[in-house]
Amino acid sequence: MSTIETPAVNKAIGKVRPHQTQNERLVFEKSSPGKKAYKLAPLDVPEVDPEALLGDAVRKDPPGLPELSEIEIIRHFTRLSTWNYAIDLGMYPLGSCTMKYNPRVNEWVSRIRGLAEAHPYRPDSLAQGILNIIDLLQKCLIEITGMDTITLQPAAGAHGEFTGILLVRAWHESQGNARKKIIIPDSAHGTNPATAAICGYQVENLKSNAEGGIDLEALTAQVDEETAALMLTNPSTIGVFEEQIHKIADILHDKGALLYMDGANMNALVGKVRPGDFGVDVMHLNLHKTFSTPHGGGGPGSGPVACKKFLEPFLPTPVLVQDENGMKTWNYDRPQSVGRVRAFYGNTGMFIRALAYILANGPDGLRQTTEDAVLNANYIRKKLEDVYELPYKTPSMHEVVFSDKKQVAKGVKTGDIAKRLIDYGFHPYTVSFPLIVPGALMIEPTESESLEELDLFIDAMRSIAKEVEETPELVKSAPHSTRISRLDEVKAARKPVLRWKPE
Amino acid sequence: MRYLPKSPAEREQMLAEIGVSSIDELFSVIPEEYRLTRDLDVPRQQAESEIIAYFNEEAAKNIIGYASFLGGGAYRHFRPIIIDSLVQRGEFLTSYTPYQAEITQGTLQAIFEFQTMIAELTGMDVANASMYDGSTGAAEAVLMAMRITGRSKAVVARTVHPEYREVLATYLRHRDMATSEVAYTKNGRVDLAALEESVTEETAAVLVQSPNFFGTIEDIPAIAEIAHKKGALLVVSIAEGVSLGIVRPPVEADIVSIEAQSFGVALSYGGPYVGVLATKEKYLRQIPGRLVGQTTDSNGNRGFVLTLSTREQHIRREKATSNICTNQALVALMATIFLTVYGKEGIRELAEHNLAKAAFAAETFKLQSGVKLLFEGAPRFHEFVIDTAEAPPLWSQRLLNEKIVGGIELKKWYPELGNATLWCTTEPIKRKDIEAAAKVLAAGLAEG
Amino acid sequence: MAYPTNYRYTREHEWISVEGKIGTIGITDYAQNSLGDIVYVDAPKVGDTVTAHATFGSVESVKAVSDLFSPVSGTVTETNESLKTEPDKINSAPHETWIIKVELSDPAQFDGLLDAAAYEAFIAEEQ
Repeated sequence: MSTIETPAVNKAIGKVRPHQTQNERLVFEKSSPGKKAYKLAPLDVPEVDPEALLGDAVRKDPPGLPELSEIEIIRHFTRLSTWNYAIDLGMYPLGSCTMKYNPRVNEWVSRIRGLAEAHPYRPDSLAQGILNIIDLLQKCLIEITGMDTITLQPAAGAHGEFTGILLVRAWHESQGNARKKIIIPDSAHGTNPATAAICGYQVENLKSNAEGGIDLEALTAQVDEETAALMLTNPSTIGVFEEQIHKIADILHDKGALLYMDGANMNALVGKVRPGDFGVDVMHLNLHKTFSTPHGGGGPGSGPVACKKFLEPFLPTPVLVQDENGMKTWNYDRPQSVGRVRAFYGNTGMFIRALAYILANGPDGLRQTTEDAVLNANYIRKKLEDVYELPYKTPSMHEVVFSDKKQVAKGVKTGDIAKRLIDYGFHPYTVSFPLIVPGALMIEPTESESLEELDLFIDAMRSIAKEVEETPELVKSAPHSTRISRLDEVKAARKPVLRWKPE
Repeated sequence: MRYLPKSPAEREQMLAEIGVSSIDELFSVIPEEYRLTRDLDVPRQQAESEIIAYFNEEAAKNIIGYASFLGGGAYRHFRPIIIDSLVQRGEFLTSYTPYQAEITQGTLQAIFEFQTMIAELTGMDVANASMYDGSTGAAEAVLMAMRITGRSKAVVARTVHPEYREVLATYLRHRDMATSEVAYTKNGRVDLAALEESVTEETAAVLVQSPNFFGTIEDIPAIAEIAHKKGALLVVSIAEGVSLGIVRPPVEADIVSIEAQSFGVALSYGGPYVGVLATKEKYLRQIPGRLVGQTTDSNGNRGFVLTLSTREQHIRREKATSNICTNQALVALMATIFLTVYGKEGIRELAEHNLAKAAFAAETFKLQSGVKLLFEGAPRFHEFVIDTAEAPPLWSQRLLNEKIVGGIELKKWYPELGNATLWCTTEPIKRKDIEAAAKVLAAGLAEG
Repeated sequence: MAYPTNYRYTREHEWISVEGKIGTIGITDYAQNSLGDIVYVDAPKVGDTVTAHATFGSVESVKAVSDLFSPVSGTVTETNESLKTEPDKINSAPHETWIIKVELSDPAQFDGLLDAAAYEAFIAEEQ
């Protein structure tokens, strides 16, 4: 690997210096036959002859897995880890992703033996502890959302959307007409239209108004007897609370349509306002956003779906109930249920972490968390609005969306600014989303950032804006401090190499 | 609040700089009638020591230290210690989906290694970065077959995990996809004659599981022939990945869907686990979920990126291959570390131990009076089904008294199987547990 | 880049040239330019029917997908196999690189399309 020359970043700011990271080959390239990192306990039953037992079904060629010793495995994955940016290293202002601190006690309690080793098919009588935890989390989430009931089964946000829209559909079917379409604002996450389509609905786009919110007139004109629901993100993806939210609910309900809320931005609302109180019929939460379970490089998540009472009969099977003796048990007798959306009961390990987070906060901590998240976003907005274009002047909640309009004049786009931010020791913000803002810079600081870290970020963003004016090429060719430079994505897509092969 | 890094003075300073007089001013856009003016009714703020005490207390209400014969899609294998040491590194744990490749090469390279290992294990050309779990993976695989073939029917073996079949039904309900189920024969395998009748020119996918829900290994080459003869794709679901150490991979399949929980993932009462789809190269464009590909940077260095993302929801929106976004990256990392620890030799040795335990247990149980081993005559991996003269609730209580959790009752999914139960023996099960369980099973009849 | 005057064009940025009953279809320089580096072309199979103004496939760049709209109705007689390995030919020579050939079911449809001058005026407006 060639040595990397680092063009100077503004030394007055320079937060994180690129640290020494070692080169590391693929694990397969480090393998040599006969090395071992395992030892099995002696077999205490008679050995068997696999060929005799399995016949034609026996495996003849062993899989090409690597052979290494334990220390090499530790070093391999530790070295890889040093190539990642992470919340633990610094601010991760990805809009819509809510990259907040992941408390370590969450990890600890999720690994308690009686919880981590619980088999999903153990009898309910032997799982009361875990069922109590699930029950308490359900109660907390119902209270936080202001809804009546909940399922924790969905594995992630998009899976929650799928479940929620299935509930919508099942309810409409029970009313005699499943209806045909789902209305989705043009500012929505891509998962929303994808979800509506897999639930058998046509997707109808709703154009945002001049403030980036729901255009009530357009909505009124669009909602009819074939509208099953509106999928609304509130606050919207530009971080704006739908001030007319109750009118939106009324417009839908007047025509028998339902209001679905994408809870991706719930971090702006917890403890301050409840979707159930402002007319939402069904919504999903992302435990890996609002409730601090770790993103883990892309998952696992958990996407509970909370809803109003009239949707309860349709919840996925099974549903947690309590019998007359106070014993908690799973109820499978749910004739109107939409069915199962996954095996077992959901990502229980994530439930434990989310509950630990709620307990650590309490009502006062949850409210303060929301307030700090909103405070941080507004602080960034205030400090950057003179250098970056603010396409919508409406008040921001937990995130702020700028555009690259001023920088495009110099040939620098949002993606370039994002890459340059890496040189300043930060993870980029969300690039080019929402789609209603051309060249969007979507910034969500979350509550986890100190004033010091926010100021460093603001300084970095201002410094980059200056660089755009003075040395745009420097920004356009960023990042300069990473162990690899911009990767050739076209090559990756034209001739996909998706696995290692021996030479 | 200990997670919030601001002093009251700093909050005041920030409000002043924003130009508002109070935090409530920032929330004034929320109509007053909806603002919550009371505390949420959730437990009060707790100290870390209290949180640990609470979860310890609840955990103690669950049994621990029992020998467990439970399987059925969730398997207890020993988890090497280094898995948790490594996945708790903040750089893995607290990183996001690796969209910014320059600063997420660690996650990207680890996923590339995972994809390679899954391809090696399954005998397929390529694998994706993960699905939620085996059940949703199998459903997505059937949908993928539908897109590839342009056909709309699925044929599903009744020996597929019952909950996987329920999930599939949920996924297909609104897509005009008819499914038909195919029965099993006396040896616990899918009925090939019935399968041949069910598969038509309209069949998009034949879905089987191997080892199946009864622990029996299906005759994949024969099933593939039946499916392919009619132009249908064969989807093989594998709920027990460790089987691939000793069982021939389903190379005749078009799509393989694995539940990789067995590879070092805690049981954790049903999740998070990790599904993964593997397929032939020619079907790559129709695979859902993320894919990591190899490329080079501007200096010619090898690097990895998320690729072929035009299949996905954030670009194709309602036309995407799936709505999946978040996956199971950290759990896939656990599996990658597990497979590296065991490696080429270890995975076979581990699988052999599981095979030996089950063979011993099945033979031991079968000798007890009132116990009958079902589905003989076809190869099994580490699960088997027995029928008992005595109803399972009777002996299972006696087993619990001996600190043993017995097999899973099958009646609720297979009413025709009466008292049948599914037993699983992974490597942590000891010979003495097997012998103790056998004694209890026999005892009931002697007394009754 | 000049737009060949013997071709006809759609408002969705496909071009077609016709010889006898066979129409040859590709995408315009304007289209490839706005899409960027093309990495994949999804085309119908020989024998499939295509319908005027309806989608018949798609072209993909790394981060975008663009539907292909057929200028005419007909049956696919040939697909450009070389695009499977060299989709970038569309970027380097858009007006020479065809995607499908179609036997026209209604040759009169050709005359209803934009000529080069009208298409250039149309894209000037779009920009």
